Amino acid sequence: MVAPTILVVLAVALLPIADTVWLSLHQASVTETGAFVGLDNFKFIFSDPAFTEALKNTAIFTVVSVAIELVLGLGIALVLNQHFRGRGAIRAIVLIPWAFPLSVAAVLGRLMLQDQVGILSYIAHGLGLAHGPILSDPNSLLVSVILVDVWTSVPFMALLLLAGLQTIPGEVIEAARVDGASAAQRLFRITLPLLWPAILLALLFRTLQAWAVYDLFYVMAQRQLESLSTYVYQGVRVSELNFAPGTAAAVFTFLTSLAIVVLFIRGFGARTAGEV
Amino acid sequence: MAYAEPTAARSPALTRRAPNWSRLGLYLLVGLIVFSVAAPLLWILKISIVETRELSASPPTIWPHTFTLAHYEKVFGDPLFLRSLANSVIIAGATTLIALTLGALAAYPLARLQFRFRGLVMSGILAISFFPMVAIIAPLFVQFRSLGLLDSYWAVIATDTVFVLPLSVWILATFFRQLPRDLENAAWLDGASPLQAFRMIILPLAAPGVMTAAILTFIATWNEYLFANTFLFDNHKWPVTVLIPNYAANQFTPDYAAQAAAALVVTAPILILVLVLQRRIVSGLTAGALSG
Repeated sequence: MVAPTILVVLAVALLPIADTVWLSLHQASVTETGAFVGLDNFKFIFSDPAFTEALKNTAIFTVVSVAIELVLGLGIALVLNQHFRGRGAIRAIVLIPWAFPLSVAAVLGRLMLQDQVGILSYIAHGLGLAHGPILSDPNSLLVSVILVDVWTSVPFMALLLLAGLQTIPGEVIEAARVDGASAAQRLFRITLPLLWPAILLALLFRTLQAWAVYDLFYVMAQRQLESLSTYVYQGVRVSELNFAPGTAAAVFTFLTSLAIVVLFIRGFGARTAGEV
Repeated sequence: MAYAEPTAARSPALTRRAPNWSRLGLYLLVGLIVFSVAAPLLWILKISIVETRELSASPPTIWPHTFTLAHYEKVFGDPLFLRSLANSVIIAGATTLIALTLGALAAYPLARLQFRFRGLVMSGILAISFFPMVAIIAPLFVQFRSLGLLDSYWAVIATDTVFVLPLSVWILATFFRQLPRDLENAAWLDGASPLQAFRMIILPLAAPGVMTAAILTFIATWNEYLFANTFLFDNHKWPVTVLIPNYAANQFTPDYAAQAAAALVVTAPILILVLVLQRRIVSGLTAGALSG
């Protein structure tokens, strides 16, 4: 009964990964694999400014957006864990941004930041936060991409953390309150340590998603700003010349994702759902 | 130590007023959360229903001064747009069907039976959800090209299926595990094979789990962009995620209002699913992640 799934996973995921590694060691193109070149493709990408730029953008994007999402997600989870009227409705509303396809959210982001009709662009210029069109400058573009990612990804973070909060028995916190612990003490000494496993897991999921970011960069930045994934994509769909370096970048993205998983599980002691 | 004095020392008036202030703070925060979700959407809704000349008003209008459904008429009158909705339904529908069939068949033994390499198979399937999807597009592009599958729904359905399988296997296995074991034992005693016990006893009982897995799979596939944007060239095959970024995006005169209308229309079905089935979606999303 498991066989069909194993076959599909092998054919469409595991073998292609091995194939990507194989291609990355050759002078490959879409039509032929070409000569074995060892690590030349990897040497090439690290000397390619487009790749190092993509790596830098992806690293900044991942660290900044996941950090912001953790803080906001935690805040929202703590609020939604309180008892108040209409909590169910609010929880549904919080989920709305998660429902948006990232490529569509990116289009909405462009509309809001666009210099002719964009309301956010108008506000940012009014406050003196922006000079010139926001979507034409690489730095403000990166900020914009992070902004849209935060809007769409905070709900997921908040819901995972809220589910974690709800597993903490109310008596524990109540006991601390009776013993005279302040709100800050209860949060930092009791709630957060008990929530730590859920925090790690949410961070792991979001870090991996952010590291592989494609939709937001491709649609919002329209080739003005590359991420690791858009660099790989270029080699496959846009420029034949970039195919071989693209496969090397794909292997790099895969190995670094693996390193992130190992870091979280071995380093921080994250426990994933797989270990049941 | 920073411990406060016992609370008995507080005056009654203070204890009564303090919760009110924290209540007010709480409602302010809730209001802020709702605002940051709703404000961008209301603004997008606004630009999709005002006349084009109001779009570039400076300062921008907050409340719509004009009203028109022309942008929606334009969007729904565009065969390419309607085609993309149909494409999304085909791709997401087929993927959901395949992923659930494979997922249910795999999840049952993984949840219930003891066999060699069970742990390895389970972690192997779940590990897929950690893969960066971009890692496999190059060789698959080469393969699909030689198989003549480029520009076909199948290329996208196959790749989408693999990436939603972990989710459906995991959710279904969680639900199967919660069902009482006595049920199948009874079926087995009566001479049913594992497959029969699964089909006639377990599957009907796990219907809510199947439903949850189906919704999450459908949403994930409806929203998928990378594979569709890689393997499909013909704009008549594009799903909504690929069409919308290219929609009315003529370099010199993009039709912003039509873009806004189109973006809202393609997200509407998912929004309705999320709002109606919120409880189920949340339980599905968190069940997998937190039962570790």
